[in-house]
Amino acid sequence: MRHLTYLSVLGICLLSAVWLEPVLRVGVVRQWRRLVSTLVPIVVVFSLWDVVAIAAGHWHYDTGQILGVVLPGHLPLEEVLFFVVVPLCAILGFEAVRKVTRWR
Amino acid sequence: MALTYTVAAGVGVLLAVGLDLVVLRTRVLGRRAFWATYPIVLVFQLVFNGILTGRGVVRYDPHTIMGARIVHAPVEDLVFGFALVLATLSLWVWWGERADRA
Repeated sequence: MRHLTYLSVLGICLLSAVWLEPVLRVGVVRQWRRLVSTLVPIVVVFSLWDVVAIAAGHWHYDTGQILGVVLPGHLPLEEVLFFVVVPLCAILGFEAVRKVTRWR
Repeated sequence: MALTYTVAAGVGVLLAVGLDLVVLRTRVLGRRAFWATYPIVLVFQLVFNGILTGRGVVRYDPHTIMGARIVHAPVEDLVFGFALVLATLSLWVWWGERADRA
């Protein structure tokens, strides 16, 4: 089960924000084209940053706590998912704040 | 100057600020909604990043960071996270306003 550690953290992170979609009707997932257009460049650019950082030795991952699916550049699959989950949670939070406060 | 995580995080946040203020001109940084959202995101980041770094899922080379840590995570992670969130919301707002103009 230890190999699911990173994936579990991402799952809990997603669950902590995704309820905003049905409960506050923020309409983030509903605007899926806008969401995909936002997430694709973010995933690409930050995955590249990650690959460079791994190559430069800034950080590495405990192979015992990840699935072991590794993409080119020694990039664990969880890292790519991180760049989907975290931005999605941030957008959900931002739209929830805008909805509740009516601020721009 | 060596490309340490400290340097990379600093460059990353400058690029994200440039994207928001100069390139896309979304001015997310000038919005109250952003400054109300960011502290909430930060709390969640401290919790989840704290778990990842505390359990050693991600490990950092001590030579590439300043060494200051908050809830197990190097402070550079907070800068990285800020750049990620700002760039994301800038793009999100830009695509939204583009759709409104169309």
